[in-house]
Amino acid sequence: MSVDILMPALSPTMEEGTLSKWLKKEGDAIRSGDVIAEIETDKATMEVEAVDEGVLAKIVVPEGTENVKVNAVIAVLAADGEDVTKAAPSRPKADKAGAVSDADSVKEAKQAVPEQEDPKPKTPEQPRAAVVKDPSLPEGTTFTDTTVRDALRDAMAEEMRKDERVFVMGEEVAQYQGAYKVTRELLQEFGDRRVVDTPITEHGFAGLGVGAAFAGLRPIVEFMTFNFAMQAIDQIINSAAKTLYMSGGQMGCPIVFRGPNGAASRVGAQHSQDYSAWYAQIPGLKVIAPYDAADAKGLLKAAIRDPNPVVFLEHELLYGQSFPVPDVDDYIVPIGKAAVKREGTDVTLVAHSRMVGFALQAAERLAEEGISAEVIDLRTLRPLDTDTVIESVKKTNRLVCCEEGWRFMGVGAEIAATVVAEAFDWLDAPPVRVHQKDVPLPYAANLEALSLPNADDIVEAARKVCEGAF
Amino acid sequence: MATKPKSAKKAPIKATKAEMLAFYREMLLIRRFEEKAGQLYGMGKIAGFCHLYIGQEAVVTGMQACLKEGDQVITGYRDHGHMLACGMDPNGVMAELTGRIGGLSRGKGGSMHMFSKEKNFYGGHGIVGAQVPLGTGLAFANKYRGNDNVSLAYFGDGAANQGQVYEAFNMASLWKLPVVYVIENNMYAMGTSVERHASETELYKRGISFEIEGEEVDGMDVLAVREAGEKAVKHARSGKGPYILEMKTYRYRGHSMSDPAKYRKREEVDDIRSHHDPIEGLKSQIIELGHATEDDLKKIDNEIKAIVKEAADFSLESPEPDASELWTDVLIEEAVG
Repeated sequence: MSVDILMPALSPTMEEGTLSKWLKKEGDAIRSGDVIAEIETDKATMEVEAVDEGVLAKIVVPEGTENVKVNAVIAVLAADGEDVTKAAPSRPKADKAGAVSDADSVKEAKQAVPEQEDPKPKTPEQPRAAVVKDPSLPEGTTFTDTTVRDALRDAMAEEMRKDERVFVMGEEVAQYQGAYKVTRELLQEFGDRRVVDTPITEHGFAGLGVGAAFAGLRPIVEFMTFNFAMQAIDQIINSAAKTLYMSGGQMGCPIVFRGPNGAASRVGAQHSQDYSAWYAQIPGLKVIAPYDAADAKGLLKAAIRDPNPVVFLEHELLYGQSFPVPDVDDYIVPIGKAAVKREGTDVTLVAHSRMVGFALQAAERLAEEGISAEVIDLRTLRPLDTDTVIESVKKTNRLVCCEEGWRFMGVGAEIAATVVAEAFDWLDAPPVRVHQKDVPLPYAANLEALSLPNADDIVEAARKVCEGAF
Repeated sequence: MATKPKSAKKAPIKATKAEMLAFYREMLLIRRFEEKAGQLYGMGKIAGFCHLYIGQEAVVTGMQACLKEGDQVITGYRDHGHMLACGMDPNGVMAELTGRIGGLSRGKGGSMHMFSKEKNFYGGHGIVGAQVPLGTGLAFANKYRGNDNVSLAYFGDGAANQGQVYEAFNMASLWKLPVVYVIENNMYAMGTSVERHASETELYKRGISFEIEGEEVDGMDVLAVREAGEKAVKHARSGKGPYILEMKTYRYRGHSMSDPAKYRKREEVDDIRSHHDPIEGLKSQIIELGHATEDDLKKIDNEIKAIVKEAADFSLESPEPDASELWTDVLIEEAVG
C-alpha cells in the first residue's frame, strides 16, 4: 500500500510554505530519517525527514512551488515490494484534513473527532465554591490569651502529632528555634527528621518540598520572610500550583508555604513587601492571611490538612500580639470564609492581616464621630469570600478596602471591582482604597510612616465615602 | 564542533539475550513513537512545543532497567521517551500530544506535562532545571519514609547551568538523599553548543564541590548505560547519597519541531547516526551474537509499528476534552476537618 507524504507544518504558526528543493528523486529508496526535501517556512529553511520507508514513487509537488498548504500531498511513497508505477495519491492534494500513513484508519479517525461547528464555543460557567461556615463554639467555651507566634506553633505541633507525614523545613527552624521563634521547641518534640534546617537556598528547598509533596508527604515550608520566597516563586507557581491541572487531576501537591509577609519595621524596601495580590492571582493556590491568634491557629491547621498548595501569609508585627484562643481540641477555621469582626451599619471596612487591627481602631474612632463601621476580616484571599463583603455592602452602602500593599492591581482593586459589578445599585458612593504609597518602602522613620497605611488613613477614607450622608 | 560521544572500547557484553532483545524493542518503540509524533506535528495534529527524543533512546532504556518497584523518575520537557520507558500507555501519551480526553493528563497538560502516580513518573516539567529540586524532594520522601527507593532526576546539559540544580546538589549530598542525577548531554542547549554555554564542559564533574561522585557514560550504548546506572543506583540505594551520571548522547532532530538546527552541520548528525546509533549498535551486537536474525528483528519492528499506529489512531479518535473540563482539577475539593 502506498503512503502519502504530506507537506509538514514545521512551526506552531506555519500554514503554508515553499517546497524549495527535492533531495530525492522518483525511484530512490527512502529510509526513515532520510532528508528528502527542503522547505522554506515563514521562519527558516527546514529539512524534511522521511518517517516511512519505501521507494519514492511520485513527486506530486515539484520543487520551487510556493504557497504549498500544510497537509497537501507532496509525494507518494511505494511500500517495499509495491509496483511503483501504480502508486498514486490516496486523495486530492488540496485536502486540508490530516491523515495517518494508513489511509483507511484516517477516515475512521476523522469521523470520530468532533468537528467544531460553532466557531466560538460557549465557555461553561465557573462553578461557585460551596459556602463554608465557621464552626460554632460550644456553650461555655473558655479562652486563653495566646500570641499569634504561639498559636502558629501550636497549630504545627498539633498537626505533626496527628499526622506522621507532616514536617517543617526552612532556614533556622530547628536548632535556632525559628528566626522569629515560630517553630520554638518543635525540634525538641519531633527531632531533626521532621524539623529540618535548610541551607539558605529558597529556590532549592521550595522545590524539594514540592517534590516531597508530590510523593505524598505534607511539608510545611517556612520562608524566613516572603521577600525571600521571590527566589522560589517559580516552584510555588509553576510546580506547586499548576501540576494538578496539568496532570488532569492525578498529581496533587499538599504543601504549606508560610512565613511573615509585608512590612516589618525599618528594614528597607527589599525586606518589606506585601505579596497578597501576587499569590492571590494564581489559580491552583489557596492564599490565607489571618489577623488574630485564633484564626492563625485554626487556619494554619486547616492549611496543613488541605490537599492543595497553600500560601500562608503571616505578619511579623503581629507575632507578639496576644488574642483569646478558644480552649477546644482541634480548633479548625475553614479556608475561604471571611469574618465580620465588628458589626456596623454605615460603612464596610474590608481588610486582611495587620490592616484588620487598624480597621478596628478606625471603627472605634469613627463610632465617636457617629459613624457605625462594619469591619470584615477577609482571612482567606483565595478563594475570596465575596458573599460576606457584598452582604455587608448591601447593608451599609459604602465600601473602604484596606491593604498594606500597593494599590495598583491590588486586593482592594479586586474587591471594589467585584462589589461594583455585583452590588452596584446598593452603593451610595464610589469605593475608596487605603494602601501603601506607590514607592519602594523607605528606611527613614518619617518616610516609612508616611508610606505605610494606618488607622488614620482608614478614618479619613471612611469619612470620605460617608461625606454628605449624615 | 561538538565533542562526539565516546565510542567506548567494547567490553565483554554483560547482558542476556532476553535483556538485549527487550532493550532493542524498547528503544525501537521510543524511536518509532517519536517519528510518528513528528509526523502528526507536521500534519497539524500536535501543536505548540514538541521535543523529540530521537537519538537519545539508550539513556532512558538503560537507566530504567536499573530500577525496582517504587523507584521514581522525573525529567524535563523532552519526556516522551521517559514515559514510554516507565511503561506508560503509548495511546495515552500520544493522545495527550494531540490534546484529547484520552491523554494521560486528559488533554490539559500537553507534550511537556504528563504524570503517572501508578508508574512513579513525576513529570514532565517545562521550566529548565525545576525537576532537579523536585526529584531531590522525591528522594527526601524516600529517606523520610525509611524505604530503600531511589529517584532518578534527568536533566540536560543546558539545565546543568541553572542555579537551583546546585542548591539541590548541596542538600542531596548534605542529607545523603537517594537520588541519581542523570545529565543527558546531547551537546546542545537548544541552539547553543556545550562549549559555548558551559565553563566546565565535563558535566560529570559538576558535583565535585558537593562531594558527589560523577561519571561519564557513553549514552549511545544501552549496555554501558545500564552498567553505569546499576552502579549509581546501588550507591544511592545503599544510603551513600546522590550520584551523577553524565550521558554523552545526541539528538538527531532539532530542539523542538520549529528548530531548523542550523547551528550544526548535517554531516555531524549523519556521522553520529551512521556510527553511533544506539539502536543500530545494539542490533548488530544481537545479530553478531546470534541472539536473533534480521527476520526476527523485522518481526519486532512490525510489532512496534502496529503499537505506534494504534497509538496514533487512538490519539486522533479520542475526542477533545468536554468543555466542562475547563474548570476541573484546579483544586482538590475535599472537606477538611
